[in-house]
Amino acid sequence: MYRRMVQIRHFEEHAAEAYAQAKVGGFLHLYIGEEAVAVGAIAAVREEDHVLGHYRDHGYALAKGCDPKACMAELFGRETGLCHGRGGSMHLAEAARHYWGGYAIVGSHIPIGAGMAYAMQYLEQPEVVLDFFGDGATGNGIFHEGLNMAALWNLPVVFICENNLYGMGATLAEESPVRDMIIKAEGYTMPSVQCDGMDVLSVYEAVQKAAAHCRSGQGPYFVEALTYRFRGHSMADPELYRDKDEVTRWKALDPIPKFGEFCVEHRISSEQELAQVKEEVEAEMLEAVRFADQSPWPDPATVDQWIYAKPIDPEAIATGPDQLSSVEG
Amino acid sequence: MAEISYRQAVRDAMREEMMRDPRVILMGESITGYGGSYAVTKGLIDEFGPKRVMETPIAEAGIVGFAVGAAMGGLIPVAELMTVNFALLALDQVVNSAAKFHYMFGGQWSVPMVVRTVSGFGQLGPTHSQSFEGWFASVPGLKVVMPATPADAKGLLLAAIRDPDPVIFIEHSLLYSTRGEVPGPALGDGEVPIGQAKVVREGSDVTLVGYSRMLLQALHAAEVLEREDGISCEVVDLRTLRPLDYPTVVNSVRRTHRLVLCGEDWRTGGFGASLLSEMQDRCFDDLDAPIQRVAMRDIPLPYSRELERLLIPSSEDIVTAVRRLS
Repeated sequence: MYRRMVQIRHFEEHAAEAYAQAKVGGFLHLYIGEEAVAVGAIAAVREEDHVLGHYRDHGYALAKGCDPKACMAELFGRETGLCHGRGGSMHLAEAARHYWGGYAIVGSHIPIGAGMAYAMQYLEQPEVVLDFFGDGATGNGIFHEGLNMAALWNLPVVFICENNLYGMGATLAEESPVRDMIIKAEGYTMPSVQCDGMDVLSVYEAVQKAAAHCRSGQGPYFVEALTYRFRGHSMADPELYRDKDEVTRWKALDPIPKFGEFCVEHRISSEQELAQVKEEVEAEMLEAVRFADQSPWPDPATVDQWIYAKPIDPEAIATGPDQLSSVEG
Repeated sequence: MAEISYRQAVRDAMREEMMRDPRVILMGESITGYGGSYAVTKGLIDEFGPKRVMETPIAEAGIVGFAVGAAMGGLIPVAELMTVNFALLALDQVVNSAAKFHYMFGGQWSVPMVVRTVSGFGQLGPTHSQSFEGWFASVPGLKVVMPATPADAKGLLLAAIRDPDPVIFIEHSLLYSTRGEVPGPALGDGEVPIGQAKVVREGSDVTLVGYSRMLLQALHAAEVLEREDGISCEVVDLRTLRPLDYPTVVNSVRRTHRLVLCGEDWRTGGFGASLLSEMQDRCFDDLDAPIQRVAMRDIPLPYSRELERLLIPSSEDIVTAVRRLS
């Protein structure tokens, strides 16, 4: 878990650097500060369990074991990216690992996770679904529709709310009448627990319990992880809405050194070993950036690939006069 | 051949496909005990039980999102949205989820699901009388089907359920009780491929293009024009709006040199607007006259019977449009 958290931290730092160099475009939302949530939660369940995340999604991909090279290449928009450059930073996914992606319409994946959980229940498969979203998503109707259905049909889905106190630039007080998101689960009679999102063990314990509950057929579970993003909402955020002291206070709770100290204290690892991990991860991330940078762009001829799984007649697509010759020729 | 109603045809397609494939499930509002707002799913709960015929909360976005997830998990959901007006609440899940995932995630998975919904009117007032097929048909990644006859309703719904991509299947409330022949088991299951238009009446002077209820209006107009004006109309049923069978329409125009597009949706931004644009690109040189459109005027459809009647596109409007051409 220590290595995974360091991977995410270093991946994000390199992504930010690449963004500053205009090698990564669009929106880039960093998971720095929240690493313990993805890592603790995903480590607490089985490899075959399903994960859906929101647009701040690099952490879930790495915690699920996706190759940092393919993740970075997706940010760079290259053919070797996880989604061949079609999705970008907000839409990493690797179905083979049951990592179903980052979803960037806030809250939209909440009923999708419930639907996947229904498929597991229907097909009598043992997997559970972890569905991550932020405190901001709880203001959206789709959050309530998804929770309502999951509870109504007793589905094996763990809803994990990363409460980082901000919905983009809105403070929690501005966007929600309650500070504790678990209160919102109560209306759906969903068991819930709050955990320390800056402590990987606290998250691990909470999600382990939640997943066991789901797997035993007792229905959904709601986990709220209290956390904080150390960086702005995205790279474009000047952070005018929160004060520096607050950021400093939370940075003192950095989950990585905290868990490092725990490992040393309990003689799980030595300081040298932890330093070694950081060095190895840094080399791995440098290699990921190099790989992404040297990877080919997607072939322009493939731009219309994958619109449909069952391809349609090319003549059935509106082309306009410029391309008609190629259609008719 | 057996003659059944459009309603029965839709129900038969779902029932037969559920019997054939245990992954197929239905979900929707009041589709179990009530039998669906247009009684299409009546009786299916008794035959297949609540696990496969799911009564849902009134939550259109949630229903479609849930169906997308169930499809990703290995099922084939057929979600009913009570009318296309309510489908607007689910537009995000249709456009940003169902239509996008195959492309956006680099072809890693597809979303095999059907959203069944209903267009129509009948003194239902401005919020319950709209047609939005053009909105759905504008989205790459979706397939959009609008059958006019019981045989096509059944055959296209079978194809939609078997298709690996998300299909928007728009029925018409005023067609449910119409009857027509549907191929019996001796002729196979009657699947009709998505993406194929059909020339339903041959003619030489003008091509009328319609779908859903407007196909019947076009056929009626063709009879009137033949009888009263001696004009020979060819009538093309699009059946699928996306992917659209342009070649069938183009070939017809090459014979008739005149084209009238018939729809029930609004003139501005309606499906006929983009069809007209593409037809001009494809067969401008074949046309002897400007393409005509029959569409709803840009006015919300009012409740009052006498006001409503002023606005609903009809066979008379098609007759008028054709007469303008000659």
